[in-house]
Amino acid sequence: MIVGRIKDVNPYRLPTGGQIDRRRALAFTFDGKRYTGYDGDTLASALLANGVTLVGRSFKYHRPRGIFSAGPEEPNALVELRRGARVEPNTRATRAELFHGLEATSQNRWPSLSLDVMELNDLASRFLVAGFYYKTFMGFPGWHFYEQRIRAAAGMGRGTTEPDPDSYERMSAHCDVLVVGGGPSGLAAALTAGRSGARVILVEETDGLGGRLRSERETIDGAPALSWVDQARAELAGLQEVQVLTRTTAFGYYDDNLIGAVERVADHMPVPPPHVPRQRLWHIRAGRVVLATGAIERHIAFPHNDRPGVMLAGAVRSYINRFAIRPGRRAVVVANNDDGYRTALDLNAAGVEVIQVVDTRPVGTSDWRARCEAAGIEIRDNAAVTKVHGRLNVLGCDIAGLDDVSGARFEPCDLLAVSGGWSPAVHLHTHALGKIDWDDGLAAFVPGAARQAHVSVGAARGAYSLAACLSDGFAAGSAAAEAAGFASGARPDTPITDAPGERPIRAFWAVGDGKKRFVDLQDDVTADDITLAHREGFVSVEHLKRYTTLGMGTDQGKTSNIIGHALMAEARGEPIPQVGTTRFRPPYTPVAMGAFAGGDRGRHHTPVRRSAMHDWHAVNGAVFVEAGHWLRPQYYLGAEEPNVKRFMDAAITREVVNTREAVGLVDVSTLGKIDIQGPDAAEFLNRLYANGFKTLAIGKARYGLMLREDGIVYDDGTTSRLGENHYLMTTTTAHAGDVMALIEWYLQVVWPDLDVQACSVTEQWAAMALAGPKARDVLAAAVDDGTDISDAALPFMGVTTARIAGVPVRVFRISFSGELSYEVNAPADWGTRVWEALVRAGTEHGIRPYGTEAMAIMRIEKGHVTHAELDGRVTLDDAGMGRMASTKKWFVGSGMLDKPAYTDPQRPKLVGLVPVDGETRIPAGAILVEDPKASVPMDKLGHVSSSAYLSPTVGHPIALGFVSGGPARKGQTVWAVFPLRNLEIEVRITDPVFVDPQGARLRG
Amino acid sequence: MIRITCPHCGPRDHAEFSYAGDATKARPADPATATAADWHDYVYLRDNPAGPHLEFWHHLHGCRQYVKVLRDVVTHDVLASGHPADDLEAGR
Repeated sequence: MIVGRIKDVNPYRLPTGGQIDRRRALAFTFDGKRYTGYDGDTLASALLANGVTLVGRSFKYHRPRGIFSAGPEEPNALVELRRGARVEPNTRATRAELFHGLEATSQNRWPSLSLDVMELNDLASRFLVAGFYYKTFMGFPGWHFYEQRIRAAAGMGRGTTEPDPDSYERMSAHCDVLVVGGGPSGLAAALTAGRSGARVILVEETDGLGGRLRSERETIDGAPALSWVDQARAELAGLQEVQVLTRTTAFGYYDDNLIGAVERVADHMPVPPPHVPRQRLWHIRAGRVVLATGAIERHIAFPHNDRPGVMLAGAVRSYINRFAIRPGRRAVVVANNDDGYRTALDLNAAGVEVIQVVDTRPVGTSDWRARCEAAGIEIRDNAAVTKVHGRLNVLGCDIAGLDDVSGARFEPCDLLAVSGGWSPAVHLHTHALGKIDWDDGLAAFVPGAARQAHVSVGAARGAYSLAACLSDGFAAGSAAAEAAGFASGARPDTPITDAPGERPIRAFWAVGDGKKRFVDLQDDVTADDITLAHREGFVSVEHLKRYTTLGMGTDQGKTSNIIGHALMAEARGEPIPQVGTTRFRPPYTPVAMGAFAGGDRGRHHTPVRRSAMHDWHAVNGAVFVEAGHWLRPQYYLGAEEPNVKRFMDAAITREVVNTREAVGLVDVSTLGKIDIQGPDAAEFLNRLYANGFKTLAIGKARYGLMLREDGIVYDDGTTSRLGENHYLMTTTTAHAGDVMALIEWYLQVVWPDLDVQACSVTEQWAAMALAGPKARDVLAAAVDDGTDISDAALPFMGVTTARIAGVPVRVFRISFSGELSYEVNAPADWGTRVWEALVRAGTEHGIRPYGTEAMAIMRIEKGHVTHAELDGRVTLDDAGMGRMASTKKWFVGSGMLDKPAYTDPQRPKLVGLVPVDGETRIPAGAILVEDPKASVPMDKLGHVSSSAYLSPTVGHPIALGFVSGGPARKGQTVWAVFPLRNLEIEVRITDPVFVDPQGARLRG
Repeated sequence: MIRITCPHCGPRDHAEFSYAGDATKARPADPATATAADWHDYVYLRDNPAGPHLEFWHHLHGCRQYVKVLRDVVTHDVLASGHPADDLEAGR
């Protein structure tokens, strides 16, 4: 934080003018040094006001770089903003609004900005040409060895590893007309569209409206253009259906007129105020879109055109007119269009000595030129800058006639303003798959046919004059409103503007054949690199891009792509449209990941599902585990037991032993439950399940297996018949939603003739399984009115209804643990009441709740499969359940069961596995092989699917797995290898059922 | 970010839907007599046309009905939508 008195000294600030608030001085630091700026400054303008011209180092050669532009296209002035968890690297200083206390740091330099050791790369640059890394480092010991070191040397800023302390949010909006850009064209469009009553949203990237008008000395109807902007702003504010979003960048144009935009709500403040997000992501679904995105200026590739002090001409005018900065003392202007003259006039007016306007065109006349001549500014035609002198800043330049480059004359100067013409910002137009056409007269790509409901206006379509922008905007705004069904009334007359006659641009991309003629400043791509790429056969623009990295920086080549493609066209001897251009892709400018994430972070990333008995579990020592979205008790610790491994193992063992020897209670509410009703319900289930369901009697449950259409096992669970046409299906926890969607698929699309209704009731019922030899005693004590639950009244796989603690419940005698077991379903709101009643009734029998760990161990002991086994590769035969498939009917997947691959005897099949040494744990995921010492690659026999590290019932570790040949190999030994942990375990193949293979316990 | 017109709910963002497969494929009408070749065709074989394509989308976070959609997979234009049994290509 910066404290103390603010020094109010800006050596390069003009005494008057600009759109800064001189009453509000702001202190900030750059590389630890204190400076002062004003409210309304960007970091870039404040640095220039203080005479700071060196702000960064280039990506590859570490060349000193300054501020090149005044907008989103900035390739050079990338800095780190803020500190600690809020540090933001690679931020364009030209887009960072100044605030009091801003801390900015230069990047990609060591030990300091003016002395960067890696600048040696620049001296070695004759070796560091395009493709250098690929050619040099692909050999021994391989690219990955070098990659880390190369990335450390070439680089950008560093992000933080701390969590982001700020919040973000997302907003969806619908409108009839979306206007992108708050310059003259966009304002004009928003005005006519807004007056019609249509819902209009105007998004503007910067902090205020006006666009280029903020940077030029334009007039509208005889008054300064900015007063027209003020009137427009006031009128828009008064229109109820118009919303103006400043500091908002439309970064992408997607299908069906969806525009993504990011609003920088609090980036211009030190920290966001309480309850205010840092940024807000907008999804705007628009009826029509008016693209008033303006144009981006290009430079010219001449030797050392990257030195601090070389600046785009339009940016020079921005710094003079908008920020009241004198960007130099002695300036040379070089241009291939009349903007050179306009810039010279503004420099002249700001008191900067203009040495010369160098016009690359042959001699010609225009109003702009006449004004320059009248101001006494020297003009040189048919000439160019052939070299820039100076290293950390411009000291001068060589100017030579284009017909005789050898006759160069040195001119001392500290500012070089460059204009290579303007490129309409067609980015959003091309995101929306609009075509672009080459316009020879403008030497630029302009928007062609649109594919979606959008239109480009003003500078965004190459109509650069203010009058054209305004009339374009008025027309597009009312046309868009009318297309949306609103009457827009009479179109306003185009106001009178100062419109000096211009001479057309003449394409001029690069000077001569010198070294260090930079095309892409951010990626250090020179004109020579383009020539080299051409020589080596990378002549397509897509290859050129990837070979040289042209346009692959965070600026996406906004200032450079066209120059590179034009030079390639020259090298190929073909016109530019034939060579083409690469496609722009979203985002237009970088967007923070936090904005995309919005509120979906940390615990809010996915919803948490809790069972009806969750609070009981929490109070009674449960340690929870995530199972999909669910939180389930993993095991229960005693009041004095810390949650460390030793106590965890003891707790799990305790739960298994107690259930096998007395009685346990487990929460199984997460299982999917689907209520199925209708006259054809039995027929439907019979088609869906591989085993028969037509014979299932009322009051009975049956285990069912469901296949995919390709014959692979999909899901399993018990389905009970509750009434004549009423069934309750259960699914695995993981597939609860998918099975429901599948049932809807078959009922709606495949068999719409079946009269069946299905509804998910997973959350309506709390479910708990009472398991163990004492289960019947506990249940008998718990049910009201002495309901008969004897083996005769409720046999294995029987279903009945009863009341527990007054709550109507369903009781299913089914077992996952292998013990005598009853699954009790209670209405969710009464789940805890029933659970507590069972615990109370079980106290004298030693009842204990058990968690997912004990449940998993017991099901592995019983050889019951779960999705660890049914992993989408396993057939019924593989899982040892081939005999369950009905031969009397067809069912989903039955047509595929004879596939040769499914009947291959070598297929891995379900087996049990035990360690030969009787004690080593067998990790799930281990690969089964014949001989771990054999040379790799070795044949795989199968894998371990589930593992019980401790089986209290069996007394040693056990596992389930799949092995080629399957049960036929019982008794043989193979090896379980786990290379990640360097494990080799000799295992014996056994039956997958380790406990009670006859099922005596569960039928007890 | 396409929008799909659900015949029950009207135009909705595709984030409400889940893609549910190729709608040009019909499950063999009589599974009892279908041959291995019929199943092979239904389960595995899919065309990959550049242009209009019939698809099923499940309005999962809406009315949970399956919707048949005729969509140009090159331009992402949704050309028509309707109930699963509708013939969307008729008259086109």
